[in-house]
Amino acid sequence: MNVHEYQAKKLLSDFGVRVPGGQVVFSADEVSEVLDTLNSAKYVVKAQIHAGGRGKGGGIKVVDNSHDATAAAEQIIGMNLVTHQTGPEGKKVGSVLIEEASSIEKEFYLGMVIDRSQEKVVVMGSPEGGVEIEEVAAKSPEKIIKEHVDISLGIQPYQCRKIAYFMGLSGGAVRQAVSFISSLYRVFIEKDCSLAEINPLVLTSDGNIVALDAKINFDDNALFRHRDIAGLRDRDEEDPLELEASDAGISFVKLDGNIGCLVNGAGLAMATMDIIKHHGGEPANFLDVGGGATTGQVTKAFKMILSDENVKAIFVNIFGGIMKCDTIADGIVEAAGEVGINVPLVVRLEGTNVQAGREILSDSGLDIQAGADMKEAASKVVEAAKAG
Amino acid sequence: MQGITGSAGLFHATQCREYGTDVVGGVTPGKGGSSVEGFPVFDTMDEAVRETGANVSLVFVPAAFAMDSMLEALDSGVELVICITEGIPTLDVVRVKESMRGSDSRLVGPNCPGVITPGEAKVGIMPGYIHKPGRVGIISRSGTLTYEAVWQLTNLGIGQSTCMGIGGDPVIGTTFIDALSLFENDPDTDAVVMIGEIGGSDEEEAAEYISQSFTKPIAAFIAGATAPKGKRMGHAGAIISGSSGSAEDKFQALERAGVTTCKSPAEMGEALKSAIS
Repeated sequence: MNVHEYQAKKLLSDFGVRVPGGQVVFSADEVSEVLDTLNSAKYVVKAQIHAGGRGKGGGIKVVDNSHDATAAAEQIIGMNLVTHQTGPEGKKVGSVLIEEASSIEKEFYLGMVIDRSQEKVVVMGSPEGGVEIEEVAAKSPEKIIKEHVDISLGIQPYQCRKIAYFMGLSGGAVRQAVSFISSLYRVFIEKDCSLAEINPLVLTSDGNIVALDAKINFDDNALFRHRDIAGLRDRDEEDPLELEASDAGISFVKLDGNIGCLVNGAGLAMATMDIIKHHGGEPANFLDVGGGATTGQVTKAFKMILSDENVKAIFVNIFGGIMKCDTIADGIVEAAGEVGINVPLVVRLEGTNVQAGREILSDSGLDIQAGADMKEAASKVVEAAKAG
Repeated sequence: MQGITGSAGLFHATQCREYGTDVVGGVTPGKGGSSVEGFPVFDTMDEAVRETGANVSLVFVPAAFAMDSMLEALDSGVELVICITEGIPTLDVVRVKESMRGSDSRLVGPNCPGVITPGEAKVGIMPGYIHKPGRVGIISRSGTLTYEAVWQLTNLGIGQSTCMGIGGDPVIGTTFIDALSLFENDPDTDAVVMIGEIGGSDEEEAAEYISQSFTKPIAAFIAGATAPKGKRMGHAGAIISGSSGSAEDKFQALERAGVTTCKSPAEMGEALKSAIS
């Protein structure tokens, strides 16, 4: 789960990580009141959306008085911000963060993720701040330091010092960086993050280490033990169909093709998209109804697929393990009765209770093409979509 | 079986027993001394192992309690812990793996269908009847795609030695390399089908291992060639982040290592057949 910059910075500040003074506003009317509480010669007005590259898209303005700050907020709130991460359709801005501008001496990069192959949290630092770390990794990997942390010990001061010196810091700034890095690590562990990235981390001209930007992602699987974090979710930032699916316990990702897919299991769901493409078709979605889906969930899945006007045919691909084929068959019949399936339907059923499932379908009187195996079903559905 | 008194746990304990697995009992704290469907229930793993001599534990508890159950199983001294549970926080698995450094026990999963040796024993949730005893090993990050591969092999008359689902999470107990080295040393396995998916670099690392140390024929499929970047495809581990984790890179790495790959998931059985011919 992603959160906004202002939410990430509030969390960091709760853990003692230094961030610029500032506050979020949802309307330009609130700006002058916020400026009264801040103390700076210049201010930054930053669009709050879940995407990077906001500055280039016109979502970040530097101003030096209340009048200009209000004007900037008026302009940014409600705008459709297009960046390299939003896609061409852009994102509507609902709020701006008003911050004291920092006088920057130097910019750095600091990031934490879980290194899957080392099975540890890795802390990465670089003297190259403000650019994408993947770019640095590709062009000059020697400019990145990586420290792996033993989770039972936690990050050690020497590891933080190594990173600070590698960044080129000295004196009091090193001490500040050590405290900054260990506090950020505490946020990462205590809040079950999957990514914590400070880019840029800056050394200000008065010698402080400050998080100028902050991006934090949280492990969805751990939200059950972080109600405070779950409460930060901005549903406006998420795809409405994907949200609807996740509320129903279904994994769904919208794609651009015209063949709707209903599958059990994530691997088989991906493989179903692949085989459609392999046979010259284009999948309209990824959909995993999960291992223990109910008839209600299957009906819901059909409704979601059919809500996409591009869909010209539907491919149901089920290999029953925990999921029983008769449950899926009941769901198909129920969905057909409730919403009406008006496009060709190709069904491939295999696994637990397959006979019962096939009987339910053939007794239903529905117009269903059966696929004996994945290959036959895929070629049938691709043909049906082309004809449709 | 940890979590044997839950409905899913009990259903699969019974299914495993019907398949021929010697399921000696279960653990549910607070229900020790009782029994369900003929399985004795214990309060702790320690007691269960002492009383029954169990050497494998199947973890079937909710995600919030899974780390505790895995640690308890490892502490009880069983050789193998198989965790079926889906949705465990990644840092919990990192903690379990950290505690296992230097341990002789093995963890399979989490978020996996388990392990089966057809005709002998099944410790997991896979439908037993699709399998056929034989000499081909299967390793997969996905549950249903494992069944698909098994079914294709069975329909071609090719039996399986052991089928192992290693799980779809970012951090897992047994990796492709671990599983491949088990098959390399298994006298009952002649060839292997490997099923990967997008995300991480486990398949690339396996390719490196295969080119250096794996001597048996191997066929592979990678799911997710059509998956968009940056979107989690069901499994927590199945996400292409930035430029890493794409199916194309994984296919290429495996092909360079001499693995027979197939681009269609309907051809996993055929690919294995051509790899061994």
